[in-house]
Amino acid sequence: MEKEELKKIIYQLVEKSTGKKKLKQSDILKKVAADQGIDKSEVKAALRELMDAGELIFTYFGGSFVEIPPKE
Amino acid sequence: MSMKHQTPLLDELEKGTFPSFVKEIKRAAEHSDYAQDLLGLLELSYKEKVTHWKHGGIVGVRGYGAGVIGRYSDIPDQFPGVAHFHTVRVNQPSGFFYTTKALREICEVWDKYGSGLTNMHGSTGDIILLGTKTENLEPIFAELSSKGWDLGGSGSAVRTPSCCLGAARCEWANIDAMSITNEITQHYQDEMHRPAFPYKFKFKVAGCAVDCIASIARADMSIIGTWRGDIRIDQGEVKNYAQGGMDIQKEIVDMCPTECISWDGSEFKIDNEDCSRCMHCIAKMTKALRPGTEKGATILLGSKAPIVTGALMSWVIVPFMKMEPPYTELFELVDKIWEWWDEYGKNRERIGELIERLSFTTFLKEVGLKPQPAMVKEPRRDPFFFWSEEDIEK
Ligand code: HEM
Ligand code: HEM
Ligand code: SF4
Ligand code: SF4
Repeated sequence: MEKEELKKIIYQLVEKSTGKKKLKQSDILKKVAADQGIDKSEVKAALRELMDAGELIFTYFGGSFVEIPPKE
Repeated sequence: MSMKHQTPLLDELEKGTFPSFVKEIKRAAEHSDYAQDLLGLLELSYKEKVTHWKHGGIVGVRGYGAGVIGRYSDIPDQFPGVAHFHTVRVNQPSGFFYTTKALREICEVWDKYGSGLTNMHGSTGDIILLGTKTENLEPIFAELSSKGWDLGGSGSAVRTPSCCLGAARCEWANIDAMSITNEITQHYQDEMHRPAFPYKFKFKVAGCAVDCIASIARADMSIIGTWRGDIRIDQGEVKNYAQGGMDIQKEIVDMCPTECISWDGSEFKIDNEDCSRCMHCIAKMTKALRPGTEKGATILLGSKAPIVTGALMSWVIVPFMKMEPPYTELFELVDKIWEWWDEYGKNRERIGELIERLSFTTFLKEVGLKPQPAMVKEPRRDPFFFWSEEDIEK
């Protein structure tokens, strides 16, 4: 699967759950890997690029979660 | 710089015989606004008996989810110097060895961007840089990483692995604790910087059962060097100890936890079958006794400090594992354990707590380990494994 497309899928998943359920990294890896029928490591690599670009960030609130950065 | 705040209550803490953190903060306050206001804020907390720290919001460096712990004052107008007071964790070198140049590099970065206050290898093991503002985080990270440093773990991640100084300086090391620690750190970079777990996971590696790093009490996975086979005895040296005034009966034989040593004044005998490899006799009679020649490690799991539930000590899951690079067997086991933890662990549930909740039997089955007599929850107390109906051949 194209990495850019995978990144979009991940981003949309996080976007959709914003305000409803905070997702852990492992929730994302599990769900996207199962939905797309690919290996978790592939999802992880795409997620990492989103993180490195600052499009998604890790947040901490009792546990660690993946979220969209707050708008300034 | 003169002191901005009066601190009569904190001053009391400088009066005892022990070193005082107040004195150190005052020293830093000579050139740091952070430290000035830290004193003021702390004094106020002592007076009012309430904390004026808030838990962190979202702070960190780009790409990482761990390594920075956010803290803010809840009365920033009164103490602007500590409006932000974030902690930066820096991955310490295995065994805590530095050149003075390396220490200077860290301190220079910290004097430039932070409070100047540090905590070297507290209970987490990391180098802890105490107190900086959000906008300084990226510059700090950039400078540190350009010099070869990296941040450590925090949050629900692999925490910075740490170890005793092991084979570098200690004759008792049965494994290369520093190499193993470094390999774990490199191998699990992602898990350290990008928190993906139900909660924290700590590795600590000790070269032998003396366990100077206290891995048995404060690591989710404790890796402790041990041996197989018989303890090597130099009978002549045993006699030298006896002649030198050591009461071998009282100090060695009677102190052996498994009562497997005997001494009749001329021959020192160990029933190695019963030896639990506690290191007591070897550590006492360095010249006379040495571990067996086949070296490896005991892998233990589950210790933690009290937070969600009470304190736990680690217990044995693999009595003996060879420990040679590239440590494939260890990594495969760890991956399986994490997979299970990830599947069943609740938020903020450590691996040891999960095992207690779902049972050790279930854990062993799911990660594919065989029950063994060495698996006891507490020494010489309850067995930890119970056979189920289906295990018993009739
Ligand atoms: C609401 C405020 C705070 C909370 C809830 C808090 C909580 C904690 C916890 C749970 C740890 C242990 C982390 C671990 O190893 O897993 C820790 C470590 C630490 N905290 Fe805080 N903390 C707070 C504020 C502060 C402040 C204001 C400072 C410094 C002025 C500070 C300094 C440290 C240091 C130095 C460590 C590392 C200790 C070590 O490894 O020896 N904390 N904190
Ligand atoms: C005299 C008082 C205390 C001492 C000497 C102490 C000491 C320690 C030490 C040595 C650790 C590190 C364990 C490790 O190596 O991982 C620790 C961890 C921790 N402490 Fe304390 N502590 C004290 C009080 C408290 C209090 C009052 C709280 C909270 C109300 C607290 C919360 C924590 C937490 C959350 C951790 C991290 C737990 C973990 O790693 O599972 N401590 N403490
Ligand atoms: S744990 Fe053992 S090997 Fe490590 S420093 Fe202590 S005595 Fe030496
Ligand atoms: S290592 Fe410990 S258990 Fe083994 S013989 Fe020595 S004192 Fe006894």
